[in-house]
This record gives sequence, structure tokens and C-alpha cells, in this order.
Amino acid sequence: MLFLSGDEAVATAAFDAKVNLGTGYPGTPSTEILEYFEQLGGHAQWAPNEKVALEVGVGVAYAGARAIVTMKHVGLNVAADPLFTAAYTPVEGALVVISADDPGMASSQNEQDNRRYAVAAGVPMLEPADSQEAYDFLLRAIEISERWRIPVLYRLTTRVCHSKTLVKQGQVPVPAPRQGNYVRHVAERVMVPAYARPAHHRLRANLKEIAAWNETSDLNKVIEGSKKLGIITSGISYQHVREAAPDASVLKIGLTHPLPVDLMRKFAASVERCVVVEEGDPYLVEGARAAGIAVEEKLEQYRFGELNVNRMRRILTRDASPEEKPAPGKPPALCPGCGHRVAFQALSNLKAIVSGDIGCYALGVMPPFDAVDTILCMGASFGVGLGLRHSLPPEQAKRVVGVIGDSTFMHSGLTGLAEMIYNPPPTGYVMLVLDNGITAMTGFQEHPGTGRNLDHVKTNKIVIEDVVRAMGVKNVHVLDHTADPKAFEQLLGEAMEKTELTVIIARRTCLLATRFIKEWDKCEVG
Amino acid sequence: MTDKVMTDKKVTNIVVAGLGGQGVLTATDIVADVAVSAGLDVKKSELHGMSQRGGSVSSDVRFGTQVFSPMVPEGEADYLVVISADQVSVNAAVLRKDGVLIEPATVDEKKLRNKRSINVALLGALSRHLPFSDEQWTAAIKHNLPEAIHDVNVEAFQLGKSA
Repeated sequence: MLFLSGDEAVATAAFDAKVNLGTGYPGTPSTEILEYFEQLGGHAQWAPNEKVALEVGVGVAYAGARAIVTMKHVGLNVAADPLFTAAYTPVEGALVVISADDPGMASSQNEQDNRRYAVAAGVPMLEPADSQEAYDFLLRAIEISERWRIPVLYRLTTRVCHSKTLVKQGQVPVPAPRQGNYVRHVAERVMVPAYARPAHHRLRANLKEIAAWNETSDLNKVIEGSKKLGIITSGISYQHVREAAPDASVLKIGLTHPLPVDLMRKFAASVERCVVVEEGDPYLVEGARAAGIAVEEKLEQYRFGELNVNRMRRILTRDASPEEKPAPGKPPALCPGCGHRVAFQALSNLKAIVSGDIGCYALGVMPPFDAVDTILCMGASFGVGLGLRHSLPPEQAKRVVGVIGDSTFMHSGLTGLAEMIYNPPPTGYVMLVLDNGITAMTGFQEHPGTGRNLDHVKTNKIVIEDVVRAMGVKNVHVLDHTADPKAFEQLLGEAMEKTELTVIIARRTCLLATRFIKEWDKCEVG
Repeated sequence: MTDKVMTDKKVTNIVVAGLGGQGVLTATDIVADVAVSAGLDVKKSELHGMSQRGGSVSSDVRFGTQVFSPMVPEGEADYLVVISADQVSVNAAVLRKDGVLIEPATVDEKKLRNKRSINVALLGALSRHLPFSDEQWTAAIKHNLPEAIHDVNVEAFQLGKSA
């Protein structure tokens, strides 16, 4: 018996099923999956972003091998392009796309519900409710992917990822390992219109077959309880429900796309009151209603944030009274001595309008700096800042500075950089790259700019200033901005006065990561 | 204090709270480990990410014959262990009416060989309420910490236990 987080359980199942490659981009709450997979001895890689990761995963599955591709919920937006068409192209091996959603936004910029993606892309979706299921369902996801030759969306949420529960291996058969072997399938894999049209028909037929199979699948289960109250639910909500309403009948759906509508209909008809409880969007509710099943949905106020046992009790009693807000804790802050502090102090002094980005440096919005004006998504520091520069009066436009980190620069800064060079605003633009040598916010993950792979072993290194110069930026400055904060502020101020494109790379290793990086670099030599 | 909680309730609820970097998650790892070694159903919940940057952190452990939700419902914690004094008020609502609050002042910090062991010392204070043996606690402490700091933490645990 193991005691594992949901992330660790997924990794363990992937390892047991001899998944040939795990790839992804770090993002809370998904990051630990690949790290643990690597620790167990699996082949794991960080990709520059989720889109590339999924494309690599598709290649692995075309080769007849098995891939898991991990990301946080917003990562799937980046990977959506390959996902939608990969659903058309039958895989030879297994492809499991793992999306870790963050209801309540413990560490995210939105609380999008990625169950919608399963419908939009037309891929089957599994939703485990604890670590045991995170283990078992991953093996089942591989089986489903190989049986129907389709990518599977594996939807986790923060509390499943980061809660530890007991796991017993061997409850579900482990699919026999696969080896890569090339078989040419041009009509299946070349998505030109002539091949894509029949592919879409094939996908819909495939989904119909999976839906029929799902009606009697053991991935869904019914807890026989009182006939007075029946609850349809999935994922972590199931756990809260069992505690909040121990006597109720419960239909727990494990494979939530395509939905087992006949099973839901039968269940709803067997109880006096049938309530659907789910975290986030009314996904199961809409699925039930589209099939003509009368169900009760939660009040709108429970669409926001995470659910828990108390909120579940309120949902079931249709309590519309305002909920008490939890006592505010101490908010996170930039670490004492963090190099980002120097950067944001300078930006604040210069009254810059800061087009920010995703990472620790989002904390530049907190006092005393109060020095970030926009944060949208990975890489947006380029585009949003450029848009502001294009349309603000020159005196304001000059104050716009983009701030991006090294890992985010690799993730989606490169195309933003191309835009900056291709369509420079009349006032120019100033980009500040805060290079702390690691993906810090998610817990010190490597990226193409660190020169080390996921396992911290040396590999090719992409040097940010080389890329920036090669792409055509004339004013490129590289410095440790903490060595002389005043000189840094002056340099930044001068760049803002120019009507040219400037990239300043402020390089200072993350204080928390220094110790680890030293060790990793030592290992290479030894 | 007696061990009432374990006998009249199916699930024991423990919340550990503090600030990022104080060892909140290690503390709940140790408690969970002890409960697992005792053959109980155990769930532990925590949040990563932003919380690593010095902000408030709390983590829940629940154990009993069968545990469903991994999160301790508000007002249902039997024990609240707080590592940073300023986090007591932030987390007070989680404790049930007659629940036990274990504050950092429970342990005389000056007597700790390493002040960073305060998290484990407070588990020593918690251990007086729970039906687990010293051997189980020691094994869990060693399982969750690097070898170099085993002794100092076992010592801290004992200090907390006798506090």
C-alpha cells in the first residue's frame, strides 16, 4: 500500500504501464507528475510549452508507443491547436493528455473548466476522485486510448493532485508494454481537407461507440442509498458529497465524456430528488438536460471557487445566504533579497506602465512596489505592451515596459519578440527579461535556457541575448541589476526615453534555487 | 488530556498552519505517515504554488476507518497546530468548539537545539492526544526528514511531548 498524492499516483501508473515518454510544461498543480515519473525511472522531459509537448506526445503515439502530456488547465489553451486535430488522427500507441484544473485559483489566473475541452475537441475524458483512482484510471485511460486509437483527456483538479491518499497497485490490469514501430497511415495522419473530412466522420462514430460502452462501464458507479435524494457527481465533488450526504444515493461518473446518459436517466428516475453537484461549470447539468433528464442544479453562487463539505451541505439545502469569507491569510510576497525586488523598485521609481507576465514576478503587483499594470497569460507581456504602445499618446506610450521571466520567455516570449521586431510601435518598446535561471514559481523546474534537462543533466542551452540579437534587436543589455541598482534604473530610464527597441536582460539567479543549481552543476562535472 | 476524540468519532481531523518555509507540509506528512503505519484510512490535503513565497500555508490530515473528503470542514478540526503565532486568528475558524489549539508558545523555543525544528516539536505536543506510539512517531519523523537532522528532530519531538 502506497500513500501518494494524485500527481504521484498518476506518475506511478505511467511508470507501471511503461509509458515511453512523459512531457509537459510545469504548472501548479500538475508539475509533480513528471518530476515523480522521472524519479521512478521514467523518461520525462520539460518542453518549452504545452503545444510543443502535445505535438511530441502525438509523435510518440503515432510511433506506436505511449505518451503522457502534462499541464495545468491554462496550458491546454496553448495545446488546444494540436489537441483538436489529434482527435481526428488515430493513434497507434496511447496518448493521455493530463490537464490539472485549479478551481478556486490557488495558483492560477483563471478557473476555467477544461471538461469543456473534451466536448469541443471530441475526446474521451476521465475524472479521478482520489489517488487510488488517479492510479487506476490512468491505466484505463491508456487502455481506452489504444482500443479506440484516440487521445484521452485526463482531467485532474487541485485537490486530487495535491491530496495524498492510499493507493493499492494491482487492482486494474496493467496494459502490456509497447515499443515504437513505424507504420505508415497517410490518410489517417495527413490532415488535408480530403483526408480530414472522412476523419471527422470517423471521430464521431468512434465517440458514439465509446458512449455506448460507457453506459455499462465500471468507471462509473452507483452507491445505493436513500431513494429520497440522488446525487450525480464526478471527481473530488464525490468525496465531499459522501461526507455531506452519507445516506444519499450517488451516481459517480468516472468517464465524463461522452456521458453515460442512459445510466444517468435511469438513476435520476430511481430517486425522488436528483441533484447534480460539480465543481465549476454546469457541465454535467447541461449534459443531463440536453438528454432530457430532469435534474436540479446548484445555485449560481457555488459555481465560483472550490467546493468542500460545508459548501456541499449548503448546495443540498439550497442555502442562498451569503457565505462567510475565510479570514485573509498573509499573502505571498517576493522573497527577501530576491532580485525581482530591485527590478520592481526601479520600475516603480520610473512610473513605468508595466505589461507583466506569469511567474514569481507577478508579485511585483504587491506593495510596496505596486508596479504591475497587466497580467493576462504566458507571454502576453510582449503583445499587450505593444498594443498599449501603439495606441497611447506618446508621453504615456514611452512609459510602457514589458516584464517577462526566463522560462516564460522560452514558453511564449519568442513569438512576441518576433511581433515586436516586425511591428515596432513609433515609440519603440522596452522589454525587461528577469532571468533568474529557473522556473521558480512552480518549484525550480528546468527550461531550454538553463542548459539542463528535467533530470538536471546538462544539455544544449539557449542563450536569451543571442536569440534576441539574432532576431534583430540592436539595443541589448545584459547585467546583474542587483549589483548596482542605481545604474540599472538609469539604464532602464534611458531606454524608456529612446524611441527604439530595447531588451534588457537582468540576470540574477533565484536565491532559493542557487543551492540546488550548484549541486546540479557539480553532478555534471563529477 | 484524554483521548476522547479517537473513541467517539470516526474521523480525526488535524490542521497544521503556518507560513511558507516553516515546515507545515512536512509536519502533516509526518502525521499522515504515523496514521498510515497504524493501518488507518488517511487523507492529507495541501496547496502548493503561491504559498511557497512566504504566505499563509495550511495543510489538513484526516484519519479513521473511512475518510472521504481530504479537506477538514470548517469548524470540525479536532486539533489545530499553529507554527506561527500570527496565523492563529487566520485559522481559528477551522477548529471545532471544544477542539484543541496547539500554539507555538506550547514549546519553549529556547530549549530547541535548532529553532527550525519547532514544527516537529509541536507534533510532540500533539502526540499526547493521539493513540500512536513513540516508535511510530520516530519512524515517521525519520522517513520524512534527511538523515543529518534526524536526531535534532527526534529530540525536538520529545521536548514538545513533555511540554
